[in-house]
Amino acid sequence: MEKIEFKQLEENLYHETLDNGLEVYLLPKSGFHKTYATFTTKYGSIDNKFVPLGEDDFVTVPDGIAHFLEHKLFEKEHGDVFQDFSKQGASANAFTSFTRTAYLFSSTSNVEKNLETLMDFVQAPYFTEKTVEKEKGIIGQEITMYEDNADWRAYFGLIESMFHSHPVKIDIAGTIDSISKITKDSLYTCYETFYHPSNMLLFIVGPMDTSEMMQFIKDNQAKKTFKEKEEIKRQFDEEPTSVNEKKKVLKMNVHTSKCMVGIKESNPTKQGPELLKHELTVNILLDLLFGKSSDHYQKLYDDGLIDETFAYDYTGENGFGFAMLGGDTSEPDKLAERVQSILLQFDPNSIEEQELERIKKKKIGSFLRALNSPEFIANQFTRYAFNNMDLFEVTPQLEKITLEDLKAVAKDFIKEEAFTTCQVVPK
Amino acid sequence: MKLVDERTYTLNGINVHTIPTNKFKTNTIVLKVKAPLSEEDVTVRAILPYVLQNATESHPQPSQFRAYLDELYGASLAVDLSKKGEDHIISIRLEIANEKFLKDSTPLLEKGIELLSEVLLKPVTEGNGFKTATVEKEKRALKQRIQSVYDDKMRYASQRLIEEMCAEEPYRLSANGEKDKVEAITAESLYSYYQNMLKTNDIHLYLVGDIKEEEVDEYVKKYFVLPDQENKVTSSIQQPNKDMTEPNEVIERQDIKQGKLNIGYRTNVTFKDDLYYALQVFNGIFGGFSHSKLFINVREKESLAYYAASRVESHKGLLLVMSGIDFSNYEKAVTIINQQIEAMKQGEYTNGEISQTKAVIKNQILETIDTARGLIEVLYNNEVSEVDKPIEAFLEGVENVTKEEIQEVAKMIELDTTYFLTGKEA
Repeated sequence: MEKIEFKQLEENLYHETLDNGLEVYLLPKSGFHKTYATFTTKYGSIDNKFVPLGEDDFVTVPDGIAHFLEHKLFEKEHGDVFQDFSKQGASANAFTSFTRTAYLFSSTSNVEKNLETLMDFVQAPYFTEKTVEKEKGIIGQEITMYEDNADWRAYFGLIESMFHSHPVKIDIAGTIDSISKITKDSLYTCYETFYHPSNMLLFIVGPMDTSEMMQFIKDNQAKKTFKEKEEIKRQFDEEPTSVNEKKKVLKMNVHTSKCMVGIKESNPTKQGPELLKHELTVNILLDLLFGKSSDHYQKLYDDGLIDETFAYDYTGENGFGFAMLGGDTSEPDKLAERVQSILLQFDPNSIEEQELERIKKKKIGSFLRALNSPEFIANQFTRYAFNNMDLFEVTPQLEKITLEDLKAVAKDFIKEEAFTTCQVVPK
Repeated sequence: MKLVDERTYTLNGINVHTIPTNKFKTNTIVLKVKAPLSEEDVTVRAILPYVLQNATESHPQPSQFRAYLDELYGASLAVDLSKKGEDHIISIRLEIANEKFLKDSTPLLEKGIELLSEVLLKPVTEGNGFKTATVEKEKRALKQRIQSVYDDKMRYASQRLIEEMCAEEPYRLSANGEKDKVEAITAESLYSYYQNMLKTNDIHLYLVGDIKEEEVDEYVKKYFVLPDQENKVTSSIQQPNKDMTEPNEVIERQDIKQGKLNIGYRTNVTFKDDLYYALQVFNGIFGGFSHSKLFINVREKESLAYYAASRVESHKGLLLVMSGIDFSNYEKAVTIINQQIEAMKQGEYTNGEISQTKAVIKNQILETIDTARGLIEVLYNNEVSEVDKPIEAFLEGVENVTKEEIQEVAKMIELDTTYFLTGKEA
């Protein structure tokens, strides 16, 4: 077991790659009652074209299947795994993103028992035609719920506008029509391919004896057999650098309009330290331009174009990347125009060293605040690891970012042809 | 072992609570300002913290003020309004990095306490009021905030149920105030409300983190100097629940895709009652968790919904059910939900379900106190209810709940209002 020390943060991380390929990370946190564990596979909604394990040809699976599989793993022959967790005093959950499916529990007692339940239920699929059919009703209601959610519609509408063919544009849950095509066999195909331990990461944070915990995990894994690991072949259609459409307007039963502006990453191939540096730099740039301490934010607020829902965020993965900015507004067109002109008129030479230092301080403090949360640590660490980055490099990397870095990123990232807008307006 | 080491004292009219712990990387300071919920004041009170968080005397421009927060390593300042029973509570929170995790050793805690005191006590003024421009800007934001509930159908349905159910009680009021009362607020009227609030409201200050108590006491004494207290308002008298008549059914139509079914019951039990623990266990078996009757019967067995859950309004004694269903399944869902209440009244739950529920509740409480904010909320419940239930007593109370007590609570529960937000007729 490898021990990685973060002296300044007073944290120690323990790591081991098991014989079956599973990556295990343990982060002891004394003083906490809660243990939080995530068991994550590098498999999300975008992985819809791949070569099934042991086969030679690519297959295309129905939209929403990764998410459907997440739901179905909880059901076993003996019943519902949620029940097992709650009998052991734990609460369990799961989520599917574009690139990951995570299963998790948190508990303040019976930690080993809960951990065993987590590893065992994820590694023992049980799908029948009958239970698959039943789930279609539940997920159908989940999809319908999101159709009424204006924030979700604006968020996804923006992504749809950005991408021509990349599957990131497909709603994570799919559609009622696409999930109707899911069968128990297609679920098994996805499961066999993507739930191999060598494609997964287990992260546990909480009060613990790390050697005992690691041994417990190894013993559990040693009891199970897996096929030889193979490299997973995924396929994505060629995605142009241009945006799919410049503007989309959705009419909904709302009182207040929403406006989101997106910026599409033109060359989303970065991984590892390069991606870490890039995403931190883009985030600093957005903070400088649109953070609450910026003149632009105050002006937009004073002019009544934004309110406290205004937010911005950058997402960067292997194969796609984008920034989005926006929120509720009474004048969506005006807000879109102002945001875009702030971006285009931005002169990187106007930034002063002290502004950059201020934003860096803000980011370092926010990162410390986030480290109070076991959920943040486990979820983000996993995302970082799947992109060959290290969560604990955030602070040192932030400290290294220079004005020159900002200028380079601003020049590369802010381009009018990469802009798109999605609005939700009252019917 | 004591779970929480809370020390309380009163200084300059403020109730100070210090909770030292070294498990966080930040220090959290929270102000809680409480007064009875009233039709007259709800809106003016709802705008006040948003005006206060704009700027202070020493950082009079909002962008300067925000830049100063950045300089303090991204100290986060947030305000919000909430209801606890028939009380209306302003919360102002500041969370600031502990400098021992930074290369820089700026004493951040003192600066944080100083800044929070300025937010409360040294706002920017103009003539006899706050700055008019700030108040006007925040009036616009408040209207938008109140209106935004309409756009979030889950929140909207929850709020509409409460409005219908508590039509004759102050609890019907939303903590964010009423839209048609915003315009009348002026910089002067708001300022005079603010001055009165400082003199009369119940104010608590919580400090959680790796803090030295003597040091904190000194800072609090130095910075939190309140005007003399007069005519302090006491906790609002709990309004008696209205006399139950026939249950009410409200159906509202909108252009939406999914129906929102919200059902409100009177439990006749609140946080200060002995049966409160039994109510929590009742709710856990009924609809609080994924092993509960609602989840199993509405979602898992019938596939009617993605979510079907219940929660307790602890200080008002309400049990609230929420679910998202197809329009056509209204009757069926209502029938199943009411059958689950009936099953609870009949004592149809096993000792296994009871102990499972107790374990999950205990887990939930211990998890809540793993966050500074959750810990403060748990401790503050005691202040609002004027009871003294340490967390240990709470855990023990839950553990000791018997099957008979759960049934006793079940029998006290009365259906009040069924609210359904459904689609437009074709």
